[in-house]
Amino acid sequence: MSLLEVRNLSKEFGGVHAIDDLSFTINPGTIHSIIGPNGAGKTTLFNLVTGVYTPTSGEVLFQDEPVTGKKPYQLASRGMSRTFQNLQICMNMTALDNVMVGRHLHLNTRFLPSLFRLPFIVKGDKAAREMCTELMAMVGLEHYRDWDADSMPYGALKRLEIARALAAEPKLLLLDEPAAGLNDTESRELDEVIKKVARNGVTVVLVEHDMKMVMEISDHILVLDYGRKLAEGTPAEVRKNPDVIAAYLGNVA
Amino acid sequence: MMRAFLTPRFAGMLALALVIAVLPAVLQNNFQFDIAIRVAFNAIVVIGLNLLIGYTGQISLGHAGFLGLGGYFSAITVTTYGWPPAVAMVVAAVIVGALAFVIARPILRLKGHYLAMATLGLGIIVSIVLNQESWLTGGPDGMSVAPFSIGGYELTTQKQWYWVAGGLLLLATWLSLNLIDSPVGRALRAVHGSEVAAEVVGVDTTRFKVLVFVVSAVFASVVGSLSAHYVMFLSPVYAGFFHSVELVIMVVLGGMASTFGAIIGAAILTSLPQLLTVLEDYEHMIFGLIMMLVMIFLPKGIVPSLQGLLRRGTK
Repeated sequence: MSLLEVRNLSKEFGGVHAIDDLSFTINPGTIHSIIGPNGAGKTTLFNLVTGVYTPTSGEVLFQDEPVTGKKPYQLASRGMSRTFQNLQICMNMTALDNVMVGRHLHLNTRFLPSLFRLPFIVKGDKAAREMCTELMAMVGLEHYRDWDADSMPYGALKRLEIARALAAEPKLLLLDEPAAGLNDTESRELDEVIKKVARNGVTVVLVEHDMKMVMEISDHILVLDYGRKLAEGTPAEVRKNPDVIAAYLGNVA
Repeated sequence: MMRAFLTPRFAGMLALALVIAVLPAVLQNNFQFDIAIRVAFNAIVVIGLNLLIGYTGQISLGHAGFLGLGGYFSAITVTTYGWPPAVAMVVAAVIVGALAFVIARPILRLKGHYLAMATLGLGIIVSIVLNQESWLTGGPDGMSVAPFSIGGYELTTQKQWYWVAGGLLLLATWLSLNLIDSPVGRALRAVHGSEVAAEVVGVDTTRFKVLVFVVSAVFASVVGSLSAHYVMFLSPVYAGFFHSVELVIMVVLGGMASTFGAIIGAAILTSLPQLLTVLEDYEHMIFGLIMMLVMIFLPKGIVPSLQGLLRRGTK
């Protein structure tokens, strides 16, 4: 059984083929990376898979069920969670509240119990607060717990997105350039976090430019170029692939 | 143990209850009681509107329309058809809530200026209907409204109204604080902060926008009904555009995303014009000047800006 399957997926923006007839599968319990030059369609692919964009044609299957055209929140309830390359943090909230938004699907969100703050609402929030505090510690943000998000540094916000995505307890976690803007030490710390997440049984798909990170942690790599699949395989295979070398270094021949 | 009780929400509720309890000893005449009652009514509407604007980040420039609908429904059914006022008020709230629910979906798809335009249009439609259907509403001249009574007991004196309005303000504050400090409240704030982030963690953003729109409309409807009985007169001006704008100003002035800010905003904007009447011709000028100064020096609104200053001071 594959966790995620993409079949002949295409997305056009006014004649530009951002994703062009792309097919691949992602098996559960592994770390996958999607790499490719700028403009290769990596983020577009994420947006298609998570329902932010609707594909022009093709199909997305999540746990062998077709989910094409489903809304992001519907996909989230099936176990898909993601972060954003250009941060999507709620700047009107504290760091902890941001992570707690990630618990949305696991908490009672009916209107009347919340309006009267019934005991089980208070209890649920308390448990969520504890869990989210732990998650923040796991990504190294324990000191920022009660900070306002809008006064936190960039690197911390990147990790805050990961904590929020994890709070949803996803089966599939899509990380869009989690290491962008982080320094070397922070990137290596992030490696560990991602590996730990994968060890806990979450399938991770990563879009990343930090090749050191990609080669270090990926079980499987998909290389995109102009919205098409250029190559696919283990890090060792991809590294040797002449097409990949040509795309990245320019065709020397 | 003490700490658990001294949360900002508890301290705030306590302070508000104290103010409401002590104020009658300070107020000297019916005119001052009248201002206090109007402040409380406005504050309830603004608390509801603040849930929509301040917390969820959606604008409404037609909210006085809901006040008007609630008010006129009560006025007509009670005065013309002899319904019991309490029943009329509840039925009005249900109908206005249902109406808000139906129009919320198409309207709240829009964002920013477009949403402002759509809600503006909504308010104007209500206003036009109230002006034109004079066989029912009395038209631009307005209509007189029967006093509020329940079980043969009539609410007549300013003092009685004061306690009703004060009690309801306390209730509205409590409900608003509850809602914000819950998973629903976090979802609402997340819609404001980043709609796409909210969606990808499973928040059905449309559902929550519709929900908060309905809640704020119901708050307005209830106040509309009570206010009509209190003033014993209702005219379409009450449902008009300027009233809607005034409500939005109260939200912004007091502070977006602050329940107590909503109360402060309503208190200032309701009482200040009365206090400034001593300035006669300069009243509106001074009023405008105060507003501009507040927005320049306390850009987040009075309560959140002062909270920010206090926090910086203690760090």
